[in-house]
Amino acid sequence: MLTYTLRRLLTSIPTLLFIALTIFLLLELAPGDPMAQVPLTVPPEVKEKMRLALGLGEPAYIRFWKWLVQFFWVEPLNFIDWLFNTSFAAEKQRVISWQTRSPVMDIVVQRMPQTLWVVGMSYIVGILIAIPIGIYSAYRQYSVFDQVGTFVTMVGFSIPPFFSGVLVIVVFSIFLGWFPSIYDTTHQVTDWDSFVVQLKQMIMPVMVLALQTTAQISRFMRASMLDNLNQDYVRTVRAKGLSETVVVLSHVLRNSLIPVVTVIALGVPAIFGGAIITEQVFKVNGIGQLLITAIQANDLPMVQTLTFIFAILIVFFNLVADLLYGILDPRIRYD
Amino acid sequence: MTDKAPSSLADTESALDHKPRSQRWDVWDQFKSHKGALFGGGFFIFITIGVLLGPWIWTIEATFIDIRSRNQGMTLAHPFGTDQLGRDMLARMIAGGRVSLAVGFAAMLLALLLGTLIGVLAGFYQRLDSILMRLTDLFLSLPLLPLLLVMVMLFRQPLSNAFGPETGIFILIVTAIGLTSWMPTARIVRGDVLALKEREFILAARSIGTSNNALIRRHIIPNVMSPIMVSATLGIANAIITESALSFLGLGFPPDFPTWGRILFDATDYMQQYPSRVLWPGLAISLTVLGVNYLGDGLRDALDPRIRGR
Repeated sequence: MLTYTLRRLLTSIPTLLFIALTIFLLLELAPGDPMAQVPLTVPPEVKEKMRLALGLGEPAYIRFWKWLVQFFWVEPLNFIDWLFNTSFAAEKQRVISWQTRSPVMDIVVQRMPQTLWVVGMSYIVGILIAIPIGIYSAYRQYSVFDQVGTFVTMVGFSIPPFFSGVLVIVVFSIFLGWFPSIYDTTHQVTDWDSFVVQLKQMIMPVMVLALQTTAQISRFMRASMLDNLNQDYVRTVRAKGLSETVVVLSHVLRNSLIPVVTVIALGVPAIFGGAIITEQVFKVNGIGQLLITAIQANDLPMVQTLTFIFAILIVFFNLVADLLYGILDPRIRYD
Repeated sequence: MTDKAPSSLADTESALDHKPRSQRWDVWDQFKSHKGALFGGGFFIFITIGVLLGPWIWTIEATFIDIRSRNQGMTLAHPFGTDQLGRDMLARMIAGGRVSLAVGFAAMLLALLLGTLIGVLAGFYQRLDSILMRLTDLFLSLPLLPLLLVMVMLFRQPLSNAFGPETGIFILIVTAIGLTSWMPTARIVRGDVLALKEREFILAARSIGTSNNALIRRHIIPNVMSPIMVSATLGIANAIITESALSFLGLGFPPDFPTWGRILFDATDYMQQYPSRVLWPGLAISLTVLGVNYLGDGLRDALDPRIRGR
């Protein structure tokens, strides 16, 4: 298991490097000029100096190498400095955003909590709803509950978040006026009342994202339960006279959760991607919204870093899913 | 295949009081029993025909601006109402549906072509397998939505200059979606090809001297058609949703060139005053995708011989 983990970690390094290169080369083709916003009265030689100051003077491979060093060496050093109050990274050049002229990672750290709150909460809510639905649908296969559940999950699959988001805004904040349509990120939770306000503004984005999660995971849960319910060991357990609750909840459920847990791990990066749209709908200023504004402003270091963070998430959670399979399922051994 | 069965077999079957049945009829019978798939497929055909023939039935131009009758609700003259410039919403929905469905079909075809090609090559040729599958894994670990956004942003201007704003962006979006959604098809096809390669009929075909090309064309491709068809339906749904998402983020088609996603995006600005305007494009996208998903579900059941006939 340890060797497998190490091997997977090592193979993920070239994967990540390749992805970084792909993103970099794609951005390299960008026709947009970061100097386009500079007034025409600025003389060309000053413009050239400004370009050099942004690090645009060097050939592409040097800039790629510099970005790699900054991302994998300087930024972690900065993180260590921040943790232990040391000064390893003093005087070292960090990845700088062209929009704000401040380090990209600082902005990402500012935006992360909003995304994590909304996305993380919605994922947990979605899973908590999905698993009981999946269990009951499988246990009473083809019952009314199962049919309705199948239909609802199909609908959840099919309604894109930019429509379900707009729909809940129309219903709950325009017609009913229950919840605010815009997520206020400056809101501070200090007492019970402000907590209620926070809860109210989180309900709609969480609901929209959770609908998608629920749809996918309850389908998986149902299929996995159905696979297990017809197995011989279930008949044995029943023959031994154990109650249905024990049969379903402790024997079948534990075995069926194995593939579902890996699917849950695999779904984490996708939910971050989906959050890009949901954040746009509810005006949450998380990292998805940061990416969109950076793309529109031609802020290449920011786009490169953010896209790469998404890629790291995907590679990491793929690894986690594979490892979880090995840990949870004794039939699968990697060595 | 079975419908060309020798007559003696057909005779024995009729003697046994069975009608001779082709595979196609078996598939259709199974498909019929899936009510959702029947409805979904029916709705999808209805929408497709509707947007294709719509401009002849509903003759108002989608770009015709009648500023006096702007922001109208549902009336007889404008069944879906009008937008902030007085353009007829029904006409815009029809025009938008044409583009959305065209993008869906074209991107699906591109993804299927790439996926099938890579899947068949990887499954059939041992030498290519590891490198092609590594490539598939790499593509699967790319952050697709951010990359799509970046691609659309970067190549928008050059392509609209080269092919005109509409065709250029159509090509761009179809290629971008196609290039980022072939991987599941490739994996499924490769798995099926690997299993098929070990079967006796392939050995038999090889032993009479069939070349690799003919083997792939005559024996492999027809046998992997059913998973390909299932991923085709899912591909259309995925492409329609992705295109609308891009349009919704303001990175899709230009504003005077409606697609369902673009109409939805434009309508969100007026959501407070005219919520019904958001509803039509959103419903069109959701129902079409729902229909296609049900169709895919039914096709999967119908084309799987292990489920069929039970």
